Amino acid sequence: MVRLFGPLVGLFFAVALLWSFGNGAYTAITEPAAPTAEHDFHLLPKKVHFASDGAFGKFDKAQLQRGFQVYKEVCATCHSLKHIAFRDLAALGYSEGEVKAIAKQWGTKQPTFDVKSGERGERDNIASDYIPAVYYAGQGVPPDLSLITKARHDGGAYVASLLTGYQEQPAELLKKFPDAKTPDGLYYNPYFANLNLSMPAPITGEGQVTYSDGTKATVDQMATDVSAFLIWTAEPKLDKRKQTGWAVLGFLLVATVLAYLAKKNIWADKH
Amino acid sequence: MSFPWANEYKPAFGLTQWLDEKLPLPRFVYNAVGAGYPVPRNLNYMWNFGVLAGFCLMLQIVTGVILAMHYAANAGVAFDSVEHIMRDVNWGWMMRYAHANGASAFFVVVYLHIFRGFYYSSYKAPREMIWLLGVVIFLLMMATAFMGYVLPWGQMSFWGAKVITGLFGAIPLVGEPIQIWLLGGFAPDNASLNRFFSLHFLLPFVIAGVIILHIWALHIPGSSNPTGVEVKTESDTVPFHPYYTAKDGFGLGVFLLIYCAVLFFAPNALGHPDNYVPANPLSTPAHIVPEWYFYPFYAILRAFTYDFFFIPAKLMGVLAMFGSILVWFFLPWLDTSPVRSGHYRPLFRKFFWFGLIPTMAVLFYCGGAPAAEPFVMISQVASVYYFAHFLIILPLVSSIEKPEPLPFSITEAVLGKDESAVLNANPTAA
Repeated sequence: MVRLFGPLVGLFFAVALLWSFGNGAYTAITEPAAPTAEHDFHLLPKKVHFASDGAFGKFDKAQLQRGFQVYKEVCATCHSLKHIAFRDLAALGYSEGEVKAIAKQWGTKQPTFDVKSGERGERDNIASDYIPAVYYAGQGVPPDLSLITKARHDGGAYVASLLTGYQEQPAELLKKFPDAKTPDGLYYNPYFANLNLSMPAPITGEGQVTYSDGTKATVDQMATDVSAFLIWTAEPKLDKRKQTGWAVLGFLLVATVLAYLAKKNIWADKH
Repeated sequence: MSFPWANEYKPAFGLTQWLDEKLPLPRFVYNAVGAGYPVPRNLNYMWNFGVLAGFCLMLQIVTGVILAMHYAANAGVAFDSVEHIMRDVNWGWMMRYAHANGASAFFVVVYLHIFRGFYYSSYKAPREMIWLLGVVIFLLMMATAFMGYVLPWGQMSFWGAKVITGLFGAIPLVGEPIQIWLLGGFAPDNASLNRFFSLHFLLPFVIAGVIILHIWALHIPGSSNPTGVEVKTESDTVPFHPYYTAKDGFGLGVFLLIYCAVLFFAPNALGHPDNYVPANPLSTPAHIVPEWYFYPFYAILRAFTYDFFFIPAKLMGVLAMFGSILVWFFLPWLDTSPVRSGHYRPLFRKFFWFGLIPTMAVLFYCGGAPAAEPFVMISQVASVYYFAHFLIILPLVSSIEKPEPLPFSITEAVLGKDESAVLNANPTAA
């Protein structure tokens, strides 16, 4: 039975597939897929080096602090960072006092609600609070940035490329795709998947923030710093992960060599 | 079952003697995976993957139970509870990465186990039942992995659930009610997430149960081996312990080295960035793809792009996708060659290495690629070969092929000579 019906079933699927193939091939020849502006002009992220790259990479805490400053003074106007609590910032090298001060001085306060009186109010942030949500009324939906570098391919480099990638729409693009002109209220950026986004260039010029450690705040420097910071927010345990990994691999290597020798010894008379 | 020369369990201490009378569990283990189970002496490293698959299941259960202590299966908080595990739970990041990559490791190991079965025809009599149970385990694994991927409630979780449950919608008449029944609503939502969590917790234990049957069925004829020649005499076998426990121990070390390298240094390499975006029913991702281990079957699903007479393309795709795995159930009866091992089957071997393996690689690549030309046309050609390989080529090859001469026995294959071949004219009596 199986040998009778098997080939018939096989032929059935094969013919149905060839039918799809033939139709698809005919369509591909008669109506070849039209090129799109996204396909022709979208760019992959630039090569950007981060201290945390690679199996031996570790976060550069001074850079993370600079990145946090860029987030606080630039990005936080529109973007939330909901998975980060103020206490987490201690990992960037801030002292307990500094963390408390950062929380207390944070612009957006914590909403409060008195269950007895029903009154709503506000209080200062404390270290155990999560960074308060940002509500944005303008065009577009600014995503929460906590996980942004893990939510994009090559995330750190992507963020840095996007921040420095704003430009005039190339004349070549408009010539080839006259309909693809960037609509009003959107901004052209070849690193963005569909080339036009609602966010205007957030980092506009040198010295937009003043770094306390004396680093010169060039556009590239600020973009790289904030990207490094967002790599940290996406995975604060990155350093510990790699450190643990080396210890585990070291142990396993020794154990595997011993297991190999034991196996060789046991099998010595059986080959 | 066992061969007559199997070692017998002899409890050495008072306690073990007492236990052996009341509940002979040590005897059971001794006969199952101890010195009481004689195994062909010529197993190569491809025979390590059964034990490794069992290890992966235990790893998934242990890490999964710990994750379930901290995870919340509610559509409002599921995504954030995973981040809570990653950030606030002690070693939570390690448990989650171990579990997510553990699923990938499990599939790698099981694919190697299955393809070893293909090459050495491990499915042939008298081992059909082991094979059938193995395919059942694979189907259960696929269901479990799919539901597990929904739990973080990211974009790919949501849209993957929508696409996969949508497959049932292709069934005529009853499709849509079934889809709504599976999801507990018209689209994936809290009801779907809750039941997927419940089933994701249950199914691994069902898998463990079927594995027990799989191993039980294995112990009736005993393990297959690379020559495909059955065990004849004691010199063909070695006791499982210490010979294969030692060999599996080394295999486990190599496996763990690779697995931990991924876990600690590239834990997101096999995942999809979109799943770090919370589920959003109003925003469809540009490319919806399942986890990598489903790529070949996803490519077959998408290869049907035009209605075939009165059968809608989507239904054809669904039938073919399920058919592509169900066909494995029939392998013991499709491949009728009396020779088991691909090592002695010149034509079969050619179709395996130059047909099936490249086809799987192509389908794998196309399944992860966008649903656009040329990938669709390539996956159509590859799918034709896939079905033809199992349903047409394999039966044909079995009848026209002239196999190469087999060794007299396993012992001869290992040592180059077997004394019983000379001394004993009737080896089956041994």
